[in-house]
Amino acid sequence: MEDFTPINGLVGGLLLGSATALLLWLNGRLAGISGIVGGLLSPKSGDAGWRVAFVAGILLGAFVCTLVAGGGDLVQVETSLPVLVVAGLLVGFGTRLGSGCTSGHGLCGLSRLSRRSVAATLVFFGVAMLTVFLVRHAP
Amino acid sequence: MVRTLVALFTGTLFGVGLSVSGMVNPARILGFLDVAGDWDPTLAFVMVGALLVTVPAIPVILRQPRPLLAVKFDLPTRKTLDTRLLGGAALFGVGWGLSGFCPGPAVAAMVPALAGGLPAVFVFTGSMVAGMFLFGRLSGNTARSVPERESAGPPAPSNVRP
Repeated sequence: MEDFTPINGLVGGLLLGSATALLLWLNGRLAGISGIVGGLLSPKSGDAGWRVAFVAGILLGAFVCTLVAGGGDLVQVETSLPVLVVAGLLVGFGTRLGSGCTSGHGLCGLSRLSRRSVAATLVFFGVAMLTVFLVRHAP
Repeated sequence: MVRTLVALFTGTLFGVGLSVSGMVNPARILGFLDVAGDWDPTLAFVMVGALLVTVPAIPVILRQPRPLLAVKFDLPTRKTLDTRLLGGAALFGVGWGLSGFCPGPAVAAMVPALAGGLPAVFVFTGSMVAGMFLFGRLSGNTARSVPERESAGPPAPSNVRP
């Protein structure tokens, strides 16, 4: 529990929620990251610019925070490279097949009370918890 | 142009939010998902913080006739639960549980990874984009009915109609 940082979590969450609400209010778009990135791989005309800008914004925001924090332990990866490859393929394919990820289903969808998003969110949180349990605690 | 700036600004807010909350760090995500271990509940606070804004705001926003800067709201149209949705969510869950990365953090984490010399992040993010690309190719060849606008592959039927 030494890692538990509720205030940072809450403040970060408020920022994520504000970004999501603003993008919908101003541009009419849902801030689902898998949809935004995936849409770049088969762009329709006139639809790529805002996606590139949003992804660039994420990188810019992370850049500012990395500067302020001075690098350090911002990211720790414990998973082996072969498992990361498999996991990456599953996350990429699965979020496109399931039409959303933690942001699209988890934030936007729950707030719209979308039945599909509630179901998807329960499934990916449940399966992820089960996966971690099997990896870390299975005999 | 203004909409592009809005996307840049909201993307930046999103990137700062992911970083401040600690959610760019897959070790923190795994700490939350590991309910049987040394549980780190921070992710629940992130979700609560975000939902504190979106749960009241989004219904009000969607009651407006249109977005402030666009012609219409671009929302998913499907309503039914199907195997694609649940199967995709399950595959995503396995990958998320194996790595601790979901798409937003996988993008944002590239920056501290570049600063700190962590090629593993790029291995994950590259594989994730490859998985998305693979889905686009497969669904482009097989599934002709992709009603959801967010989906990759063939353009939505409404775009094809004269």
